[in-house]
Order: sequence, then C-alpha cells, then structure tokens
Amino acid sequence: MDKKKTKTKIKKEKKLKLGTFKETAREKLIGQHIGYRYDVNLLPDYKKITPFLKKYVEAMGWDDLNWLEDVHMGYEEDRPAVFCRNANGWVTIPKSIKLPNNQQDRDMIARELLVKFQMSKKHPLVDLKKAYLKF
Amino acid sequence: MANLKTTENKTKSQSMGMHSEVLTGRTQQKFFNPDEGENLYYFGTYDVDFNKRTELDVKEMTAADANKEIDNLMSQGFGTIVIKNPQGKHSLGVGILNKLNLIFEGSLGYFGMGSCDGPTVRINGRVGWSCAENLMAGKVVIEKNAGSCFGAAIRGGDLICKGSVGARTGIDMKGGTIIVGGDAGAFTGFMMQRGRIIILGDVGINLGDSMYDGTIFIGGKIGSFGSDAIPADLTDTDQDWLKRKLKVAEIGEKFDVSKMTKIVAGKKLWNYDNLEPHEKKGAI
Repeated sequence: MDKKKTKTKIKKEKKLKLGTFKETAREKLIGQHIGYRYDVNLLPDYKKITPFLKKYVEAMGWDDLNWLEDVHMGYEEDRPAVFCRNANGWVTIPKSIKLPNNQQDRDMIARELLVKFQMSKKHPLVDLKKAYLKF
Repeated sequence: MANLKTTENKTKSQSMGMHSEVLTGRTQQKFFNPDEGENLYYFGTYDVDFNKRTELDVKEMTAADANKEIDNLMSQGFGTIVIKNPQGKHSLGVGILNKLNLIFEGSLGYFGMGSCDGPTVRINGRVGWSCAENLMAGKVVIEKNAGSCFGAAIRGGDLICKGSVGARTGIDMKGGTIIVGGDAGAFTGFMMQRGRIIILGDVGINLGDSMYDGTIFIGGKIGSFGSDAIPADLTDTDQDWLKRKLKVAEIGEKFDVSKMTKIVAGKKLWNYDNLEPHEKKGAI
C-alpha cells in the first residue's frame, strides 16, 4: 500500500508546470498568484559555477558572482528566459540548449547567457550608446 | 511649443530612426548567438590593466573635473587609480561603467560612487549620505562609518561598510548585497524590493518597514520590526552563503552566523491584485 501511495505522489509532482507554486492563504483569498513565478531570493550554489562565469568573475577582479547572484532562470510566455535589466526585457533561452532539472544549474546557465548577451555587439544598449552617449 | 516635425537639425538619435520607430503594441526582438565570441566587457568600455597604477590628487579639482579625469585615466589603460585628498567632496567617482580598482585616500561627501557598474572601490575614510546609490555591479568597501541612505536603490554588487551606518540603509534596493560590520539606524531596508542586507551589529526601529521582497540578516538586537517585516527560519544554505559573503567583505569571519535573525517580507502589503479597496482592508 505504501509503495502505491508514493508512486501517485511522484506522478503528481511531475505534472506540475514549471514556475508554478502552491497557493498561499492570501493567494487563495484574492484568487490570483502574487509575486514572481520563481524564487528570486534563491542564493547561488557556488559548486555549480561554470568555467565561463569563473573567467568573467576573475576578469572583473571580484571574489564571487557579485551582481549575478540576483540573476535566475525565469519564464517568458512559458519559455525559459532570463531578464536583462539593461534592455528591460526577457532573453529567451535557445531550444538547442538542454536545461537541467536542477534550479541551481539552470540559474548558472541563465547567468552565463546573460553575460554573453550583455557583452554582445547586438545588445540594444550598443545602439542607444551610439545615439545618446555624451562623454 | 516647438514642432518636432519641422526641426531641420536632426540629432544623432533621430537620424538613427529612434524617434520615428513605432514600438507600441509590438515586441522588439533581437537575436544573438551565445557562441559568437567570448567578450567579458560591455561594448565600448575601456580595456584597463589592474597592474597599471597611477595617482590623482583632486585637492584643487571640482567633483566633475575629477570624475572626467578618472575617465581619462581609464581611457589610457590605467586599471588602478589612487585618489588623493578627496576632502569630503560630493559626487566623487560617479558613473563608472568599467572594471577598475579605485582607492580613495580619505573621506567622501554625499552621493559618492553613485550609478556605478563594475568597479572595485576602497574608501579609506567615511562617506556621507547615499553612498553608492543605484550601484549596478562591483564592490565598494568603506573602512569607517557611513551616513544615511547607504546603498539607496542599489540593483546589484556588494556594498560594505566596516563601521556603522545611518538610517534608511538599503532604502528601495532592488538587488545586490549590503554588509555592515557595526550598527544600523532606523528604517533599515525601508521599501526594499529585492537583494540582501547583512548587519552584524544592532539595528534601530522599524526594520524592513514596507519591504516587498528581499532578505535581511541581523546579528545584534532589533529595535522593532516595521510593517510587514517578519522573521523567517535561517537555512543551511543561508549560513553557507553568509560565511562566504563575510569572508568576501573582509569582516566578521569569526562571527557566529547561526545566531543571526533572518527577516523577510510578510507580503501582506502586496497590492498587485484585483481586490476592491474595502476587500484589501479586510485581507490585511
């Protein structure tokens, strides 16, 4: 009997959509989800840091992930994405990149992609700088 | 009122089509290839070398001139700049969007190191109001005490004060980490929306008042909790992260983080919902 119960539980957990959370009492009261669809306060697991991020941190002369500690893998139109504060928009993750189930690993991928996007010549800020840079 | 259509002298942004482009009602899409090349810095920033060091005496300079000279030195490749005689000038070191090792031999006035993105800064003195306001990334270390609104509205990076700080530390912060080795005044974490505050000493009244999100860790006594700030359980992940962060901050390495109090938002003030005002009153 116990084995059967466990199996049903696992199946239910698998059916949960990414980014959804159990409703709080207040969410039940107001009938809608409040807040982010992922844990914005999740602290990074430094064991998961990627070689690229190590290189970036070292190049900047920092001791840890610094501003990237606030970067997490989120969702935009049900697609995994990372928010770029400089462009004020979501950067969706290419389908070619297979994402692990672990949120910490996903966050590290999000951080790496965000750095690559922000440092790219195709970032919207490059055009804005050309147009408005004063000195 | 000037008629923009008849303006003959177009600005650079107008000639680039940025004023005629219709953005409403559509999503702007930009495509990039993550494998297009490894560039570790923002496009157009200076390539500086931390081993190339220089000194700048700002005694006879205005803050604006001093900031322009810092920019000029970065353009020459200097990665370590020592500022002599800052003499409490306001708005020194603002708007640095580059990697840089900046050292101030003295104290700063109001709004020092504001709107920076990337530099590592050490201030061998005190700072006035709103130090490192709107910091995006980087590390700012203050060896002595700081005034009110320390780290106002910071978005990212590490802001460290080895001494004590005034009221409204981390007001409206939206990311990053503020670390204080001493005590903090009233309304610490006022209206904070995201990020982390670590205070090793005591804090004044109304801690975390009206905070929407984020986390506050307190090592000493708490004057009182502000509206919607509630204590939470300190997890093992929190403790590991705190130990690591205190090591980075060069303070409190021997501090017993397991005895710290963690404070989060109760989220009762969140009003992003469809409730009518009278219903909200009942809910809170």
